Amino acid sequence: MFAEIFSILYQFADVFAFLILAAAGLAIIFGMMGIINMAHGEFITCGIYVTVICVQQGMPLPLAQAIGALSAGLVGIALERTIIRHLYHRPLDSILATWGISLMVTQGMLLLLGSSWRGIGTPLGSFQVGDYTFSTYRLVLFGAAIGVLAGLYLVFMRTGYGIMARATMQNAEMAQALGVRTQHMYAASFGMGAALAGLCGALYAPTMTLIPTMGITFIIESFVTVVVGGANVLLGTAPAGILLAVVRTALNAWYGQIAGQIGLLIAVIVVIRLLPEGVSGWLSRRER
Amino acid sequence: MRGFFGSLNGPQTLGNGRSFWTCFAAALVVALVYPGFSDPYSVGNVAYLLIFTLMALGLSLMWGYTGMFSFGQTAFFGVAGYSYGVLAINLDASGAMTLFCLLGAIAVAALFAALLGYFLIWGRVSGVFFGIVTFATTLALAAFFGQTAGPEWAIGTARFNGFNGMIGMPPLMLPWVGEEDIVLEGNALYYFVLALVLAIYLGLRALVNSRFGNVLVSIREDPLRAELLGYDVRKYQLASFVIGSSLAALSGVLYTAWGQFIPPASMGLPAAAMPIIWVAFSGRQDLTATLAGTFLLLLAFQTITVYSQQYALILMGFVLLVTVLLVPAGFIIGIGRLLAGFAGRDRAGTRQDVPA
Repeated sequence: MFAEIFSILYQFADVFAFLILAAAGLAIIFGMMGIINMAHGEFITCGIYVTVICVQQGMPLPLAQAIGALSAGLVGIALERTIIRHLYHRPLDSILATWGISLMVTQGMLLLLGSSWRGIGTPLGSFQVGDYTFSTYRLVLFGAAIGVLAGLYLVFMRTGYGIMARATMQNAEMAQALGVRTQHMYAASFGMGAALAGLCGALYAPTMTLIPTMGITFIIESFVTVVVGGANVLLGTAPAGILLAVVRTALNAWYGQIAGQIGLLIAVIVVIRLLPEGVSGWLSRRER
Repeated sequence: MRGFFGSLNGPQTLGNGRSFWTCFAAALVVALVYPGFSDPYSVGNVAYLLIFTLMALGLSLMWGYTGMFSFGQTAFFGVAGYSYGVLAINLDASGAMTLFCLLGAIAVAALFAALLGYFLIWGRVSGVFFGIVTFATTLALAAFFGQTAGPEWAIGTARFNGFNGMIGMPPLMLPWVGEEDIVLEGNALYYFVLALVLAIYLGLRALVNSRFGNVLVSIREDPLRAELLGYDVRKYQLASFVIGSSLAALSGVLYTAWGQFIPPASMGLPAAAMPIIWVAFSGRQDLTATLAGTFLLLLAFQTITVYSQQYALILMGFVLLVTVLLVPAGFIIGIGRLLAGFAGRDRAGTRQDVPA
């Protein structure tokens, strides 16, 4: 009995970690600038490839993963400085621009890197509970998701950057009038979002086969989590992750993977009908 | 006759003057005599390209005229394609029956659009989120149909075949008085698609210049104001969404019947990005610009695809990026407005350029 319960919890943790890690970077960029970054999947892909290349060069996995996340963040800052900053007053056009970039990057990588690479294998082995075996690395991923949520909370609630970032989120013009360099905030936030996307890729890199279009594996989950979570990352992303993970785990268990994915989408459409501003909009309205 | 032409012209379309309609008539004549001067392969190919302009026109109506950012045209394209396959294979359709299957498949997709539209529009989903949810819908459908490889995934005798796509549906056929049914392929298909594009283009022109169309544009400009003036904005948005999505469905059925084949990739990436690129490049706020620009871009894309699909897609991404950064309203519409400015008598271009 204990083994069954553990198995369900384990699967829930697995789905939850995937949703949170895939969505965190997208959620920060959306919450801060109101931009949906369609090239999100490509930042994840960047994290994956850099990690795998570093490991193949003989680096230890954690260091390779840090470099993967960092390089995605740097690419993000470069992109923000060159293109995204021209589009802050046109959120819909920023979707189109990032989509154009996504298309170019994916196809360019297909040309440069070929269709598939060998993965690096999942580390840490497995453990047994009752009759079931579980991958230890999946628990590390769950820990990382919790760590990302906690880290975001600390950064936004306890640091000077966090206060200025929240001020910019609430009212960018007023923040600027009070001396916050909103342009720097935007660049930093975009870089942080990109780095978190890279981190997601870096963490999942050992678990998958590498193809240049693999960003798409993450994209549906990250979009729906952000839509359900709403504009406030701190308030919305975690509850959205829990809600969607419950739906998905249940459907996966009873009807299989594809029902889980379709169910996720139906859940989003129902939630958006009931709570148009997402979970965070609903929560912050209740507080008032 | 005068009343009919009057209904085609108005403030919501570029090109209302005599010079425009003269050019239009000339283009139509060229299109009509084209098969006489070309080889069967090219004619079939142009028909294939024209098929996709229909879904672009639908997107122009939703996005350019109503301000609804739908990324899900390919979802309805695919749903209608598969529905046509299921209907036509199970009914073993031939003759006029294939046309009923076409209508039935469009009805299925329209119903799906109405359902999705109800949840999104009545949930007051707008702007960015509207795009994201419709986009996620088409990706999820692509993933769903991609895993239907097993024999248990079938409706009646129509198997979905997973990633490889559904095959074996009959082509469209047109019953002819006293003769055998005309199978719509080659020149026959070309004229059939051309007639459809012409009818839908003119129909949409009349629609957007009608009272209904003016309300759509007012919703694009300011939904709140439109509502305060007493219009139930949601009903107009839903109507526009269903019409636009049904045009994608029509494209889907024609495509499926043309190649007797519909794959899940038609709903996934990068296919889902294509309608957006055509319409953004052309100029979403005008039907003529959308029609002309989409056709030109498709032609260019196909020409380059022969050499390398990757290069063609990179170029498409680049086109989208450049359009957004340099000419957010679109390239072809810009040229159209320039010409309208030269002509002087055309009263077009009086609208405001609000990025929608």
